[in-house]
Amino acid sequence: MSSPSIERFGLSKDRVLSMYETMLLARKIDERMWLLNRAGKIPFVVSCQGQEGAQVGAAMALETEKDYILPYYRDLGLVLHFGMTPVDLMMQGFAKAPDPNSGGRQMPGHFGQKENRIVSGSSPVTTQLPHAAGFGLAAKMEKKDFVTLVSFGEGSASQGDFHEGANFAGIHNLPVIFFCENNKYAISVPMDKQSGSEYVSDRAAGYGMPGVTVDGNDPLAVYEAVKQAADRARNGEGPTLIETMTYRLTPHSSDDDDSFYRSKEEVEQAKQEDAVHTFSAYLKENGVLTEAGEQEMLERIKRTVDDATEQAEEAPYGTPESVLDYVYAQQDGERRWQ
Amino acid sequence: MAVMTYIEAVTAAMREEMTRDEKVFVLGEDVGARGGVFGATKGLFETFGEERVIDTPLAESAIAGVGIGAAMYGMKPIAEMQFADFMLPAVNQIISEAAKTRYRSNNDWTSPITVRAPYGGGVHGALYHSQSVESLFNHVPGLKIVMPSTPYDVKGLLKAAVRDPDPVLFFEHKRAYRLIKGDVPDHDYTLPIGKADVKKEGTDVTVISYGLCLQFAMQAAEKLEDEGISSHVLDLRTVYPLDREAVVEAASKTGKVLLVTEDNKEGSLMGEVAAVIGEHCLFDLDAPVQRLAGPDVPSMPYAPPMEKHFMMNPEKVEAAIRDLAEF
Repeated sequence: MSSPSIERFGLSKDRVLSMYETMLLARKIDERMWLLNRAGKIPFVVSCQGQEGAQVGAAMALETEKDYILPYYRDLGLVLHFGMTPVDLMMQGFAKAPDPNSGGRQMPGHFGQKENRIVSGSSPVTTQLPHAAGFGLAAKMEKKDFVTLVSFGEGSASQGDFHEGANFAGIHNLPVIFFCENNKYAISVPMDKQSGSEYVSDRAAGYGMPGVTVDGNDPLAVYEAVKQAADRARNGEGPTLIETMTYRLTPHSSDDDDSFYRSKEEVEQAKQEDAVHTFSAYLKENGVLTEAGEQEMLERIKRTVDDATEQAEEAPYGTPESVLDYVYAQQDGERRWQ
Repeated sequence: MAVMTYIEAVTAAMREEMTRDEKVFVLGEDVGARGGVFGATKGLFETFGEERVIDTPLAESAIAGVGIGAAMYGMKPIAEMQFADFMLPAVNQIISEAAKTRYRSNNDWTSPITVRAPYGGGVHGALYHSQSVESLFNHVPGLKIVMPSTPYDVKGLLKAAVRDPDPVLFFEHKRAYRLIKGDVPDHDYTLPIGKADVKKEGTDVTVISYGLCLQFAMQAAEKLEDEGISSHVLDLRTVYPLDREAVVEAASKTGKVLLVTEDNKEGSLMGEVAAVIGEHCLFDLDAPVQRLAGPDVPSMPYAPPMEKHFMMNPEKVEAAIRDLAEF
C-alpha cells in the first residue's frame, strides 16, 4: 500500500476503522449472497467483490446528510455507507416486500432509497449519468450546496449517455463527480476492446473538467481524490472525472462463467492486491488495527449478516396483486379494465 | 378570452406555469434566444433568463435524461424535442427511465417530466420532420401521452402535464401551430389528462380522432350535416392511457365508427381503440369499425404531390364518413 500517513487526510482513527469495517461488511454480505445463491435460496447475485475499497473510500469523502449518489449495480459499499442497512440489502437479495430499493421488483444491485438520497437506477447501463447532471443542475438552480456522485463501470464509458451527461455537466459547471470503477472487464470484454484511450479519465479534457486515475485498492487515495472533487464542486468549480483502477474478483454475476475469458492466475494475482486484505495489513502496520480488533469486527459482522439473512428469509413477499401498484400516482382507470 | 393560435397557447401555458412555480424550467435545442425553431418558447428567455430557459447541446438523450434527473430531485422540467422524429436517441431515457421510475422504486422515486415534441406532416418536412411517433410509446405503462387538437385544450392540458406527478409526452401537431386558432381564456385553468372530449354530438356515425386530424373530422362533419348525415366526434386528447369508457360510450352511440389518424395504419394506436370497441360494443355495432390512416410506408415524402397523397385531409374523412353512413 502506497498511502502516505493516515493523518494527512484529516481522518480520525475511528473513521479509518469504520472505513475498513464497512468494506469488510460489504464483502461479507456479498459472500453470503453467493452462498445463498448456490444453495438455491436467491436467484441472482451481482458482486461488489474487489471494488469495496474504491466504493467506501469515495462514500466517506461525501456528506451523507445532503449529498446524492447515483450508484451502479456493484456499489454495495457505497450504499452501505449512505445508510442502506444489511437487512435492507438482504431483503433485496430475497426480493421481499420490505426491500426499500424496489419492494422486490428489481434484481439485486438496483439500488434506490430516497430517504438516504440514493437515486433509483435501472439495468440499461449509463442512463444515470445524464440524471446526475440533472441533479447537479437542480443544485445550481436551487442554490444548494449538495454534491452528486454518479458511479459506473469502464464499459459504461462507451455509451452515448456517458458523453452526453459529462458534456452537459462540463458546459454548466455542475457539482457532479463522475466516478468510474474500472474493474477491467465489461462482462467478458477487456478494456483494450472497450476504449481507444488507455484511461477513461483521459476523456475528461474533452468535457472541460479535470480527470484523474487512482488506485482503487487504496481507499485513502480514493477518499482524497473524491474529497478534492467534492470540495471543488461545492466551491462552484464544477465536475470531476475520477477513475479508480480496481478488479472484479467474481464472475460478472451468478450466471456468468469467467473461465471463458480470463485465467485463474490473473484472478489469483488480483486477490493479492485486494483492498480488503491490503488495507487490513496497512492498518495493522500503522498501529490502527489489531488482530483482536479485527476478530471482533468479523464476529460483529457475522452476527449482523446472520441476523439480516434470517429476517429476510422470514419476511413476506409482496402480494401477487401488488404487481398492479404504482404505475401512476393515481391508480384510477387501471384495474377496472384488467 | 383571447383568440390564439395553437402555438401561442403552447407558449402561454409554459409562461403561466413558469410564473406560477419557480421549479418549472424549459430545456431543449434553440429554446433560448431563438425562442425555439417554431417559436414555442418565444419571449420566455427574456422573461425568465438563461437559467430557466436552457439551450442544451444537440443531444436528445441528455435533454430527456438531464430533465429526468432534475425531475427526480423535485424540479418540474419541460423538455423540448425539436422534432418528434429526433426523439429516438432519447427513447431509452423515456422508456427505461421516466416511465419506470415510480414502478421500479415501489413508489419511492418519481420522474414528473413533461416532454414536448412537434409531430406530424403537411409542412414540406419530408421523411424526418413529418412523422407521427405516438405508437412507439403507447404501450409503455408509466407514460401518459397527450395530443391536443385545439388551442383551448393545448393550454389546459399542457398546464396539467407540467403539474402531473408522472411523465407526460405532449405531442403538438406542427401544422396546427399556425393553422388552428381558437378562443383561449386568459385565466388559469387545467384540463384532465386521461379524459377524452366529445367535440360534437351526433347520431349517425361516430368519428374518433386526435390532434390535427380531429380538426379535419370536425370540418367534414360540419359539411355533412347539411346533407343530413349527423356525426358524433370524440377527441381522444390523451391517447395513452386511453379513456376507454369514453370510447365505448361514443362507439355505442351510433354503432358506426370511423377512427382517423395521420399515423401509418398498421400498428397505429387506432388498432387499440378498435380492440376496445371490439371487446365491449359487439352488439351495438351496425358496421365494421373503419380505420382511416396514413399509408404503410416509412414516412412522408418531400415532393408536394406525394406529401399530399400521404396526408390526411377533410375530404378523405368526409368520404369515409359518407361510406359508413350509407353502410
